[in-house]
Amino acid sequence: MEAIILQILNGLDKGSAYALIALGLTLIFGTLGVVNFAHGALFMIGAFCAVTLQRLLNLSHEVIDDTKKDFLGNPLKVDVPYLADWFGADAAQTIIQWSVPLAILFSIPIMILVGISMERGLIKHFYKRPHADQILVTFGLAIVLQEIIKAFFGANPIPTPAPPAFTGSFDFGALIGMENIIYPYWRMVYFAFAMVVIAGVFAFLQFTTFGMVVRAGMADRETVGMLGINIDRRFTIMFAIAACVAGLAGVMYTPINSPNYHMGMDFLVISFVVVVVGGMGSLPGAVLAGFVLGILEAFASMNEVIDIVPGINQIIIYLVAIIVLLTRPRGLMGRKGVMEE
Amino acid sequence: MGILEVKGVNKRFGGLQALGNVNLSVAENTVHAIIGPNGAGKSTLLNCLVGKLIPDTGSVMFDGQSVLGRHPHEINQMGISRVFQTPEIFGDLTVLENMMIPCFARRDGSFRMHAFEQFSHERELIDKAMHMLEEVNMAEKKDMHSASMSRGDKRRLEMAMCLVQEPRLLLLDEPTAGMARADTNNTIDLLKEIKQKRDITMCIIEHDMHVVFSLAERITVLAQGTPLVEDTPDKIKGHPKVQEAYLGEAAH
Amino acid sequence: MLGLATKDFVLLLVVAVLCLFAPVLLNPFPETSDLAQFNAGYPDLMQRFVIFGIFAIGFNILFGLTGYLSFGHAAFLGVGSYSVVWMFKLLNYNIVPGLLLSLVVSGLFALAIGYVSLRRSGIYFSILTLAFAQMSFALAYSVLTPITNGETGLQVYGNDPQYLQGDSAPNIPHLFGMTMRATETVEFGPWLWQFNAGYYFCAVVMLIAFYLAIRIFRSPFGMMLRAVKSNQQRMRYTGLNPRPYTLAAFVISGMYAGLAGGLMASMDPLAGAERMQWTASGEVVLMTILGGTGTLIGPVLGAGLIKYLENILSKINDNILHQWFAFMPDGLEDFLVAIVHPFIGKGWHLTLGLVFMAVVIFLPGGLVEGGQRIGRLFGRKKPAEAEAKAAAKTPAE
Repeated sequence: MEAIILQILNGLDKGSAYALIALGLTLIFGTLGVVNFAHGALFMIGAFCAVTLQRLLNLSHEVIDDTKKDFLGNPLKVDVPYLADWFGADAAQTIIQWSVPLAILFSIPIMILVGISMERGLIKHFYKRPHADQILVTFGLAIVLQEIIKAFFGANPIPTPAPPAFTGSFDFGALIGMENIIYPYWRMVYFAFAMVVIAGVFAFLQFTTFGMVVRAGMADRETVGMLGINIDRRFTIMFAIAACVAGLAGVMYTPINSPNYHMGMDFLVISFVVVVVGGMGSLPGAVLAGFVLGILEAFASMNEVIDIVPGINQIIIYLVAIIVLLTRPRGLMGRKGVMEE
Repeated sequence: MGILEVKGVNKRFGGLQALGNVNLSVAENTVHAIIGPNGAGKSTLLNCLVGKLIPDTGSVMFDGQSVLGRHPHEINQMGISRVFQTPEIFGDLTVLENMMIPCFARRDGSFRMHAFEQFSHERELIDKAMHMLEEVNMAEKKDMHSASMSRGDKRRLEMAMCLVQEPRLLLLDEPTAGMARADTNNTIDLLKEIKQKRDITMCIIEHDMHVVFSLAERITVLAQGTPLVEDTPDKIKGHPKVQEAYLGEAAH
Repeated sequence: MLGLATKDFVLLLVVAVLCLFAPVLLNPFPETSDLAQFNAGYPDLMQRFVIFGIFAIGFNILFGLTGYLSFGHAAFLGVGSYSVVWMFKLLNYNIVPGLLLSLVVSGLFALAIGYVSLRRSGIYFSILTLAFAQMSFALAYSVLTPITNGETGLQVYGNDPQYLQGDSAPNIPHLFGMTMRATETVEFGPWLWQFNAGYYFCAVVMLIAFYLAIRIFRSPFGMMLRAVKSNQQRMRYTGLNPRPYTLAAFVISGMYAGLAGGLMASMDPLAGAERMQWTASGEVVLMTILGGTGTLIGPVLGAGLIKYLENILSKINDNILHQWFAFMPDGLEDFLVAIVHPFIGKGWHLTLGLVFMAVVIFLPGGLVEGGQRIGRLFGRKKPAEAEAKAAAKTPAE
């Protein structure tokens, strides 16, 4: 029992990332009808927003510290972040440590900007082109984005720690009266954060007029267009939102996995599988499939399972996808008749 | 015993009874029209005949063999060709190539790995295709990109593609839908000519009464998924039930 | 000639002649000149040109004709490489058994993957093939280590049985005694030409592959494949079953990929799992698109251009750039170097991505279409070239 709960928990953080990326992919596919292979790159850009902010906050200047001397007796030069000048050393320390959560605020305008320019500058011209062309051009864009990031930040993963308040683990088992379920704090935070974002997106679509139009557009684009509603502008905004969701998923994921330039591609392939398993165009399906696949992956990584079926942890997601596609092409929650071929 | 025998066919979509106990017999070498108001189940019936849909109950026999549970390509190989409401042709191919494909299908069956044969050696089939194109007055367009043709030409090409297969039964799904009057008349003449030249059974689903009465030898009236009446055009014209169900509303 | 129309035969002949003289043609700059760095006529690179040419020609049979976009063709490449290295390990260094095995194994592999994947079309097909390739890649890295030697990559060790290895036979890949590394170097004035046995072997294989592809393109079967791309509904209602046609195309293109993978291992007896990664699949898509999807010569051009760019751009560094721009004022020189810097050396992937996007956006027909546009621009084009290009584009008659 403990083992099962532990694996479910282990699956939650990856599942959350899958769900968030897949949610954005589905939004874009459902509204714009575009298969966006550059969505993983948005996730990566989000992660590098966190890195950038961390570096910005650490910007410092040299100050001669008279109280300290080096071994030759000269005054020691120390780097003092500008923040320390403005807010005092302790406050600056705290701000820097909290750079990842702060990056949420930092990343939102950036992601919106990236999203809008991507949609207006490129994707817009591909609405009427075949899916193959969309896949190809966004695939090219993904390469370009990841190479730009690589040029700026290098090829090595960059550690971005979580705030000290959330480092370390806690005994999840104690909460529910069981033993031996130790779970890192930040993963719990990530899961909670993902739930908030998902709930936010759903609430936005459910309870605002804007969301209603978008949902109508997802169901039947032409009719809504004929009603004289400017669907294009709304779709641009939806693209920006989807970019934001992916970006935020990336920001918060940095303490779990140090960001590197190819993380986007790594997640993208799986996220596509998630979208397909959940059902093309189904938002709840994307979220559900994200968590289900994340948890399945965690279970498949258990030593007991690997002993029985070696290598299963590596292929479980693809295996599930193949089975789902062949038996139920519309996915777990896809609408009948939508992209079933 | 007709070439096509439909017996007791039912088809439900969820709560909607699309076809209810349809019986239909199409005699060989006749032109049989199926008419009825929108939503009468004409297209559903047609889809049941070509293997796109499978009826819940009942039987569909073509030339003494059941078509049920067979794939569309198998049904076509039995001798049933279909013309669609909007012309379905191979838009990326030239007109002649469009014509060659049914020729190959007729000769080689549903699949043949003729990867290293030479197209230009198929003299016989090319002649056959050209002959058919001449019959529909399209021979001079043989090298045209078929997607760039007018809708009327696409329609004629599609018919020629069906006919070159020498089908025993030709199903036409609203062949004049969306056409101007002149084009409609051309199509009627074309169909009459086709019928004159060969032994072929045609089954037309049509909205336009002008077309129906110019061509059909027998008419089945479908309303709400059931055949209302089946008779010759003259009798149908005066039939009170039909007037009520269909012609009445078309009259004004 | 050879069962080809004159236009196609001319095209084949042109490609054959280009292949024959490639070591000379690709080395236009004398060794002593500064421009020698742009030469491409050395064996390793020329081998890659033709091997990836085979890969792309095969991919084009599937994607160009049927429109099915596979994102998993790298799996077949990897399978082909493993087959060849295994034959090296078990039999001897003769490449023939390995290449035959790579054809068979990749064909079977493609049959299995294709049978499942082709039950779906469009983006689902792309994702299914991607899933299969990623699965193969993951398994090759982990569980299948006994067969693939995992991360290290499969290679021949001294204690391998090599049952048929004769005492006098060469200890490197060879074709009945002719080693693939054998190179005849000819110095002609300041020029240096290298005639390499491995390259010529690959080129012959590519010419055969190219010839077969032309035959397929011009055959009734090829027309059926284009019919699949055009309208599957009409195809079914014309009494044709699209599934076996697409499966046959998939298997053929899988075998081309397997052959290409086999040749890679024949030139350099090493097979690694990274050859199966999906970025490798993306690369062949790119080559095909860049050259011109659905054209005969396009994929070969695309493969050549990408491999050339990869080679040249990743070789250039800032020092070389400074030499180029040395004639300019210092400030401007530094500025230009700084601008060009991200696109060269390790950044060549960036250039690749940009070129790729530009082609998809502005020139969906690839280089072949570009050539035709330029040809039209200048009115009367050079006859041979124009004919070759027209032949590549116009369908069979």
